[in-house]
Amino acid sequence: MDSARSSPDPRYLTGNDPVLIKLLIAGPFAVGKTTLIRAISEIAPLHTEEVMTQAGAFVDNLAEAEHKTTTTVAIDFGRLTLPNNLVLYLFGTPGQRRFRLLWEDIAQGALGALVMVDTRRLDESFEVMDLIEEAGLRYAVAVNAFPQAPTYDLDTLRDHLDLRPDTPLVLCDARSRDQSLDALIALVEHVIAHTHLEPA
Amino acid sequence: MTGGRHSRRLVPAYLATGGRAHPSRNHLDRLTTLHAACEEIPVGLGPEQRGVLELIQPGALPLVDAAAYLRLPVSIVKVLVADLVSAGLLHARPPIPQATGPDIETMEKVLDGLRALKS
Repeated sequence: MDSARSSPDPRYLTGNDPVLIKLLIAGPFAVGKTTLIRAISEIAPLHTEEVMTQAGAFVDNLAEAEHKTTTTVAIDFGRLTLPNNLVLYLFGTPGQRRFRLLWEDIAQGALGALVMVDTRRLDESFEVMDLIEEAGLRYAVAVNAFPQAPTYDLDTLRDHLDLRPDTPLVLCDARSRDQSLDALIALVEHVIAHTHLEPA
Repeated sequence: MTGGRHSRRLVPAYLATGGRAHPSRNHLDRLTTLHAACEEIPVGLGPEQRGVLELIQPGALPLVDAAAYLRLPVSIVKVLVADLVSAGLLHARPPIPQATGPDIETMEKVLDGLRALKS
């Protein structure tokens, strides 16, 4: 079971005003987002608790909080320092459309998204991919290979997920740092390829 | 699903900002970097504002990290930060890749960095 306990000791940024890069690790509940973040992050994953109305708006005033039932959504994240004064931030992002405002807030300025998929619940990933496309982000798909889940060849999965031919699709054990890094590499390669093709 | 998620706040999140609705600075991002702008924390601040300043006194932190350590929602911390910046007590540096996302050179460096981590 994933747990994200806040560390009592703040890990301050090092280096000279590092450039912070946002990546989304998106997918339905319990698909392994925090597991992958933990495999890659140099700090124990942290989390924020976002308080929202049932309609999905951020709660930050008293009147709203008193008159509506609120929902708390925990967002896990991790950090990875790279050479060249860069720091990657990985945000585990829930897939539900009712958290769309939260989604857009996290997606703002992101390099791209890694969508995690469980082969037992393929349909739950469609909403996630829709949200990412609406946010204008590029994405790659990582199939988290749960031991008890049925295995399909990648072509069959690509077909079921209705992916574009150029969208990267990789198998990834989210507990493995190397495999998780490979999934991120596939994502960044994909984003770069399309940025070359479609200059801003 | 254990640990900090169940701990209780002393002050409800919606009271931490004095009940004000929106940050005066909408450009604040989760990855906006917070730096201290004062050597001593002035008296008279609310406990949540003081908490932000105390947290970042030893070093810089992204806004989202501050929210996690303070156990406050990001939307609340944005309001606190906006007020502290207005009061000249805090510097807030936006993430270099703005809303458009990182440029191609930065992405190439990210790719190189990730490849170098492969064992």
